[in-house]
Amino acid sequence: MTHAVSFQNVTRHFGKTRAVDDVTIDIAQGEFFAMLGPSGSGKTTCLRLIAGFEQPTSGTISIFGEDATGLPPYKRNVNTVFQDYALFPHMTVGENVAYGLMIKGVARADREASAKQALDMVKLSGFDQRRPAQLSGGQRQRVALARALVNEPKVLLLDEPLGALDLKLREQMQEELKHLQRQLGITFVFVTHDQGEALSMADRVAIFNEGKIVQAGPPSEIYERPRSRFVADFVGSSNVMSPEFSKSHGGPEAWVSLRPEKINILTGDQKVVSNQFNAEGRITAIHYQGAMTRVVIDAKGTRLSATLPATSKALAEGQTVRFIWAKDAIVEMEKA
Amino acid sequence: MRSEAGWGLKLGAAAGLMFLHLPLLLIFLYAFTTEEKSFQFPPPGLTTKWFATAWFDRPDIWGPLYLSIKVAAIATLLALIFGTLAAAALSRAKFYGKDSLSLLFILPIALPGIITGIALRSAFDIMNLPFSTWTIILGHATFCIVVVYNNVLARFRRINSNMVEASMDLGADGFQTFRFVVLPQIASALLAGGMLAFALSFDEVIVTTFTAGQQSTLPIWMLQELIRPRQRPVTNVVAIIVIAVTFIPILCAYYLTREGEHTGGGGR
Amino acid sequence: MRGLSDLFYKRPGALTAMLLGPPLAWIGIVYIGSLLALLLQSFYHLDDFSGIIIHEFTLSTYGQLFESSNLQTIGRTVAMAAIVTITSAIIAFPIAYYAARFARGKTKALFYLAVMMPLWSSYLVKVYAWKLILAKEGIITWAAGGLGLGGVLDALLTLPVIGGSSLSFSYIGTFLVFLYIWLPYMILPLQAALERVPKNYIEASADLGATPRQTFRTVILPLALPGVIAGSIFTFSLTLGDYIIPQIVGNSRPFIGQAVYTLQGTAGDIPLAAAFTVVPMLIMGVYLALAKRAGAFDAL
Repeated sequence: MTHAVSFQNVTRHFGKTRAVDDVTIDIAQGEFFAMLGPSGSGKTTCLRLIAGFEQPTSGTISIFGEDATGLPPYKRNVNTVFQDYALFPHMTVGENVAYGLMIKGVARADREASAKQALDMVKLSGFDQRRPAQLSGGQRQRVALARALVNEPKVLLLDEPLGALDLKLREQMQEELKHLQRQLGITFVFVTHDQGEALSMADRVAIFNEGKIVQAGPPSEIYERPRSRFVADFVGSSNVMSPEFSKSHGGPEAWVSLRPEKINILTGDQKVVSNQFNAEGRITAIHYQGAMTRVVIDAKGTRLSATLPATSKALAEGQTVRFIWAKDAIVEMEKA
Repeated sequence: MRSEAGWGLKLGAAAGLMFLHLPLLLIFLYAFTTEEKSFQFPPPGLTTKWFATAWFDRPDIWGPLYLSIKVAAIATLLALIFGTLAAAALSRAKFYGKDSLSLLFILPIALPGIITGIALRSAFDIMNLPFSTWTIILGHATFCIVVVYNNVLARFRRINSNMVEASMDLGADGFQTFRFVVLPQIASALLAGGMLAFALSFDEVIVTTFTAGQQSTLPIWMLQELIRPRQRPVTNVVAIIVIAVTFIPILCAYYLTREGEHTGGGGR
Repeated sequence: MRGLSDLFYKRPGALTAMLLGPPLAWIGIVYIGSLLALLLQSFYHLDDFSGIIIHEFTLSTYGQLFESSNLQTIGRTVAMAAIVTITSAIIAFPIAYYAARFARGKTKALFYLAVMMPLWSSYLVKVYAWKLILAKEGIITWAAGGLGLGGVLDALLTLPVIGGSSLSFSYIGTFLVFLYIWLPYMILPLQAALERVPKNYIEASADLGATPRQTFRTVILPLALPGVIAGSIFTFSLTLGDYIIPQIVGNSRPFIGQAVYTLQGTAGDIPLAAAFTVVPMLIMGVYLALAKRAGAFDAL
């Protein structure tokens, strides 16, 4: 099966900076693909390369098997939902949604019907006569989505689409987007700097850093088996232990990562079991976080944090404790 | 902190505004005076006969009026084309020397008009170009370009650059994007810039004296009346016409562009 | 059309060049070309006997600028420009400050229009209005008489240098007209600068114990300075180059603009006229460089 999008050694320079540096990746048809990374890591440039707003300095990009290099945006069967939505302020919502069809030369009645249908799909029935300025942020986002989807693109690109929404709305939209994607079967390529969003929505996540993809895989693999300290830190929080610390506590002689929720603190009567490692340390801080409590432990110079269910233990700052973690909770990394 | 202005400040602001506006009212008053040889105040009597005189007995007004309208119309048209092209180019592209170029486009209003005037005059001399309507238009279009450029550039900066990308993303090529997305959004700025350019050209005298030769635009006619007055109140009547012809486009331009931006830069 | 559009996609530079070409050619050839032609003329000179312009490179025309009558003309013009600039800054401040700080909504729009209208209304009409006001038989003489101040006005006119036979034939008159006509050019940038002073700076200053007067002197005034400088670029430059106002209101001693006008017209000495125009260009060049250093361009 041909890939929906395929990058072959793609590089994009802006002057001296390498925004995208030798990226090779395939995105499968019907996949919900997330590009995750800090700002300036090259993820947005990759999206713009797919859309055709940028051209690669070297390398090739193909969309559904066809070489798209040098093809302008209006000749690609790809549509974009912009971060700030980029709705045309001088047109009504209906005209915005029907714009792509109008350009294609679809008859007025037909395109109005299609626009109505697309608005129904994003739950904005009856909004077609309004102006974008009269809508709330969440509604504008839905219009942007309808405006892109009405063209039946082969790939839908979403540039931080939820970034401007508040938390409640964001969670709701996450669910809806995921549902829409399953329903339509269109390949979604989604750019975000929010790791929670990427993990919960995507089939596969690519982690970007300094213009390169440092790791790509299903969310659980990214979270459970980070290949580098960067990934371990960026996706969720993580305790990174030096080879010396790891070895002296029974682990391999390598940089390892240990998720805070995998650490438990022993109380009086509990004993270390065979498949557990343990260490001793002093509690330096306790942060109450509602459902969880985060405990910071200093184990002879190595700072570790552990998240525990909030009310489970009576602990105090300054207290010396013994803490344990399962042997298989340790993830060996390729580099620090 | 004070949220209400002090009396001193209010008084200063009011006095300043009165200083700006009272003189123009006198122009209206003197158009109705019965005294035609001096600027006697208060006017010895009031009459409306000067409006009739200007209309029926002073054929010397019509030629300059016609020339001024013609020059302003053509200069505005040229300025709309060139000013918009320049604004479009400088708003979208990033290239070396862009800042110097934008300075270049402002220069005709940044330097005193007399320099523009005498420079054009000496260039005409060198090229043995005889004075004509077109020499006047050449000068006027040069500073009118700046007015259109300023207005349209300000608008281009407000248009989200994502708009153009969004349009192309939805299948529109460059020309379709210009027609359906860019043009509707800059239309009011174009109109405003054009009106300001028209008002500016209609009223221009400093550059015109150098590029007109023996021809008379309305401001040149007025200047001659100021130096060698004939029927003084007739000059006031013409002044009122000039005020009307320049004020109305300026007011329109203001209302067309007031949302979020000020009419570009002023200056002549 | 699509083909051309594709070309512009692949070579964005081609589009920029096509857009920029015509206006650049216009400004470059018509305007810059003319300026260079003018500059060139200043290196020729007029033969005093034959009255013919000698097309040979010489600096003697620039030498003529240093004759005492010409130096006086330059000095007179610069002094006038400076006084006009300073006075207009003082008068503009309350208007700009009120409009920026206290006027809201409709009042603010009204203020803006009240400054814009005189700015854009006809230059000649405005000069003419002052001809009416300053005339010997005009409203000022009448008002001074009515208020019993006729003696004060006469005393003012008998002062050396600035006085004259009537207001419209004195430097006082010339100054008033310059001030009136260029004042809006000072108000607008000043208001823009004042509007950019965030309100919480003033609150912070008050919070730190400054009285309103101290806040004004130590916070508002320094932040408004770029606006004053931006405005002064206009008032200074426009006064330097004007030749119509002093011709209509004032005495017979010329300003730079009048000298240029007479030299190129009746005297036919285009080289000296050209050399004279270099003076305001130089002064403005220095002024702009200083203004740029003070950050005034952001307030334009």
